[in-house]
Parts: sequence; structure tokens; C-alpha cells
Amino acid sequence: MDNVKQKDLILYSGLIILGLAAPFLFPGFKVQLTILCVLIVLAMTWNLQGGEMGYNTFGNILFYGLGMYLTASVQVGMFFPLAEWTESGGEKTFVHTTSQYFQGMGVGLLVAALVPTIIAGAIGYAILGLRGHYFAICTLGLGIAAGEIAGGIEIIGAGQGFTTPPFPKDIVDPGARGDFFYFLSFVLLIGTFVFIKWIYGSRFKLILNAIRDNEDKAEAMGIQTMKYKIVGWMVSAFFAGLAGGIMGGLIGYIDSTDVAFDGREMGVFMVLMAILGGKGTLWGPVIGATLFHFLKEGFWTLILGWQYVALGVLIVVIVIYFPEGLMGWLREKYPERFGEVIDEKDRKAQVELK
Amino acid sequence: MDFLIFKAPILMVQASLDGILLGILFALIAYGMALQWGVMNIINIAQGDLVILGGYIAYTMYLAGIHPAWGVIVSPIIMFFVGWALYKLVINKVVDRDLFISILATFGIAIIFQQLMNFIFGADVVVAQSEYGTTMLFDNSVTLPNSKIFSAVVSILYAIALVIYMKKSRLGRAIRATAQNARAAKILGVDTEKVYAATFGINAALCGIAGALIAITLTLHPYVGLPYTVRSFMIVIVAGLGNLPAVAISGMGLGLFEEFADYILGTEFRIGAVFMLLVFILVYRRFKLSKKREYLK
Repeated sequence: MDNVKQKDLILYSGLIILGLAAPFLFPGFKVQLTILCVLIVLAMTWNLQGGEMGYNTFGNILFYGLGMYLTASVQVGMFFPLAEWTESGGEKTFVHTTSQYFQGMGVGLLVAALVPTIIAGAIGYAILGLRGHYFAICTLGLGIAAGEIAGGIEIIGAGQGFTTPPFPKDIVDPGARGDFFYFLSFVLLIGTFVFIKWIYGSRFKLILNAIRDNEDKAEAMGIQTMKYKIVGWMVSAFFAGLAGGIMGGLIGYIDSTDVAFDGREMGVFMVLMAILGGKGTLWGPVIGATLFHFLKEGFWTLILGWQYVALGVLIVVIVIYFPEGLMGWLREKYPERFGEVIDEKDRKAQVELK
Repeated sequence: MDFLIFKAPILMVQASLDGILLGILFALIAYGMALQWGVMNIINIAQGDLVILGGYIAYTMYLAGIHPAWGVIVSPIIMFFVGWALYKLVINKVVDRDLFISILATFGIAIIFQQLMNFIFGADVVVAQSEYGTTMLFDNSVTLPNSKIFSAVVSILYAIALVIYMKKSRLGRAIRATAQNARAAKILGVDTEKVYAATFGINAALCGIAGALIAITLTLHPYVGLPYTVRSFMIVIVAGLGNLPAVAISGMGLGLFEEFADYILGTEFRIGAVFMLLVFILVYRRFKLSKKREYLK
């Protein structure tokens, strides 16, 4: 047992060192690395619903987009009139000082974490009572409705978008902005990972699995499934909101349907990444997101213009041919590595039957 | 309540007529959705994009100098084969599997279709002019484009034809038998694979008709498919599978809702209102069923 722990320790410390060193090793890819961290967070939180709970949601994009708008709105609204800011569009009549920028960011991220969590708790009872494909379609509707509605609200820029505060000019180091957002997202990634790993060792995860495998039986066993489903969704909302807040600051511009409530891209990406890596596993979404990000960034520039076609083909191929993902495939191949004990007699009997 | 629509009751007549005529069109798409859902047990997110593709076929004819109304005959024929090909390529691998797989796979198809249409037809909002003129009612205070009346009439004619076809023809009976029990149908000699392909083809053809009608009554754009999918999904979950009168009525109800939402909330919230209505309908049904300790299946 100690041996395993030591191995884990080496693995984790190695990854953390790699994460800390990454922006200095690859200074040209800081933005990509930041996006990778955010993608992993989104895939891991989606996996809590789609993988562990069996509730395939398209709605986590709602919390991501909310977090984005909230962070930016708070960051601006704390010091300047929000309506005038958005009305002036890209023209900067107001300039954040360094301390204002970071204060606003801090408070904004706090709001971006809490408000989506509260909203998830509030709508959870109504939405999570739906099951299977009804839940999937309902959350799809929710995410798109949010984008359409946000695109009609004047104070947050309506259809023309919302420019988030630019990074303070007083900080002259040109790499500072990239470093700041990278480490912010890296801290978020570690926080998410630690929290979800803790969930994986807890009773909570077993209950989520029970809900996935048979909700009626879980209920019959005396588990208050609704309570756990809502809590699970709130956890996802918390981290997705933070991820959105960071992404908003990084991109610097929020559009209602193309950046924030981007069901066509981000909303599908998180599902796809989790499935690609293997849903229902701790490492699956991490590997899936990394692989997906590399694939995407590698091919996107090569096949300029055709990227959505490629994305569509990728979705169809992954969903039809690899619904279990990479981890599922590995599990099939090396079950003993995953701690699964196979009864040799039973296996032989099955082979003979075939 | 100082909305314009309550001040001027004549606008209500306008909105109601528009809504009902539009709703008939939605019902046609929804009927295709119900057909494939009932027979093959798949949910097709690409439904709306098939509609838009059908519309672009009519638009291409319009560009070529043919009257776009002929699209209601040409478009379904082409779309039937598109649907058939789509079934052979992708859909046959998602039948009999988890519904979420069909949702995701057709979502992928939808993205491909959108992008290809964007390449071929451009990202502009286009409309095929039918030049049917408008009918004025009530002392010229209500304007009704004749193309909308034309589209409602064509939709109704096609729906009636389809119902008769499903009742009387050999393929129609095979489709209904497969919907009831695919296994039993297979044992009795129905080639279910062919039935599935034909069902998906008929669905695509219905989308083609609806698309051609949308090309002359509304507007086309490569990325507006998803609202049509959601509308038809909504109509189907309200009306149930395979209940044509209910599909027609809830289609008209949806059309009315949209037109009134357009007047009251403003055009920018129209699509948002449609999606919110979907959420409300699902949640309403969920609460109603949970009183009996059941859930939507």
C-alpha cells in the first residue's frame, strides 16, 4: 500500500512541477496552456454529471457563461457605471488602476463561483427531476436560451459584446498578463482535481454511481437521490463558474453566443473531452481534454475553414466507435491495472460459449 | 400593460393569423420528428439543419430562375435520398443504442451540415421571393402574405397525403408494424433495415418540404437549424408520438406563442422564448408526473 502511495506522490509532484514550469518552458504557448487548464476543469466537472451520475448535461455551459459575465460585470461595476462602460464598447473612457483590477477580479471570481452554485441549487430540483434524454434536451435548451437572453440585455452589451477590463498598464512586463492567467487557471485546476479526487474516495461518489446505475433502486435503498444530484450539480457549477470567469478575463471580450454561452463549441467540447478520455473515471477527462486540445490546436490551423466539419466528424466517430473512451479501452485491455479481479474460470466459460 | 399589442387589438388578429399559419409549418417538421422517434427510437438534433438544407435547395432553384414554389416538389425528392444516405452512413449505427448517443451523433451531423451550408451558400440571410403578393384584411390593417397561406395549404396537403400513405401502402404498414414491435415485424418478414432507411428518408423529405416553404415565407441562414429542432421536439413531447391532430394543434399553439412573444418581449428575445418554453414544458410535465411518483420516459 505504501508503495502505491509513493508512486502517486511521485506522479503528482512531477505533474505539479511540470505545471509550474510549463509557462517558462513554453513561453509562446501560455494562452494555450491556460485554455488547457480550463478545459480540463470543465471536462472533470462535466464528468461528475455525465460520467458518474449518468445525467448527460449540455447545461454546464450555463454556469461557465454566467461566471464569465459575472466576473467582468463585477470587475467593472465595482468602480465604474456598468451601462456606460458597455455602451462605449471598446473605447476606454474608464481605466482600472492596478489594485482596482485585481480587487475587481478577486471579488468577481468570488461572485462567479457563488452565484452559479446558488442558481444550480435553485433550478436543480426542477431540472434534475428529468431523466435521460429529456434532461439532455432540457439542459441544451437552457444553455441556448441563456445565450439568446444575454444577447438581448443592454447593460451587459447585448449583441455587440462586452469588453472586459484590460490588464493594468502599470505592469510593464509583457509576460505578466499570460503568467497571471496561467497560474490562476493552474490553481483552479489543482483545486478542482483535489476536490474531485476527494469525492472519488468518498461515499458521495458511490451514491452518484448508484444513481447512474439504477436511480429507482437507489431511492428504494433509502438514498435521497435528489439531494445528492443537486449537490453534485452545485459542485460542477462552482468550478465551471470560476473557469468561465478566468476565460472571460483571458479572452478580453465576451460575446453572448460565441464566447460565453457557447453551446456549439465549449458546451460540446466538455462532453466530447470527457467521452474521449473515458467518462466515469478520474483521469479520463484529464487525458481526454489534453488529447483533444492538442488535436484541436494541431489541426485547427492546418484545416482552416474546415475545422467545424472536422469537429462534427470527430464527434460522430468518437460517439459511435469509442463511446467508452480511452480509459474504457485500457480498462478492457488491462483490467487488473484498474483493480478489477477477473474470475479465470468465468472468463474461460464465456470464451467457450462464444 | 402598455404593450402595443394590448392597445391595438387588430395586432392580435395579425399575430394570431401569423402564428397559426406558421404553426402548421412547424407541425409538419414535428411530424417527421415523431415518425423517426416512434419507429427508430432516435432523437435527431440535425432535424432543423435538414430543414434548412431543404430550404437552400429551393433557394438554389430560385437563383437558377425557376419559381421557388416548385421546391416543394423537388426538395423532398432530393432530401429523401440525403436522408437515406445519412441513415446508411451514420444513423444505422445509433439505432437501438442509448438515446444520448443518437443525440450527440446527430449533433455532430448538425455541425457538419451547418458548416457545409456555410461554405456552399454563404453566411448571408437569404430569402427566395415567391412574388405571391399579400392579402389585406380588415380595411388593410392586417397584412397576410399569400406565401404564408400557400405554405399552410401545402403543409396540410402533404400531411394528409402522408397519413393516407401510412395507412394504405405496403411500406406504410411495414413502418407502423416496425414501430409497434420491430422484432415481431422482422419475424413476419419485414425488412426492418429498409424500413428504418425509408423512415429516415421520409422524415428528411418532410424536412425538405418544410424547408422549401420556409425559403419563401421566412428567411434562411446556415446556423438557424437548431431552433427548428427544438420546436419540433417540443411539439412532439406535448402531443405524443404518432398523434397527428395533436401535433397539428400543438404546432399552432407554438406558432401563436412565438408571435405573441415576438410582440410582447421583442424580436431579439423570440428564440430565447422558444428555448425557455421548452424548459418550462419539460419542468411542468416533470412536476405533474412526480405527483404520481413517475417521470418522463
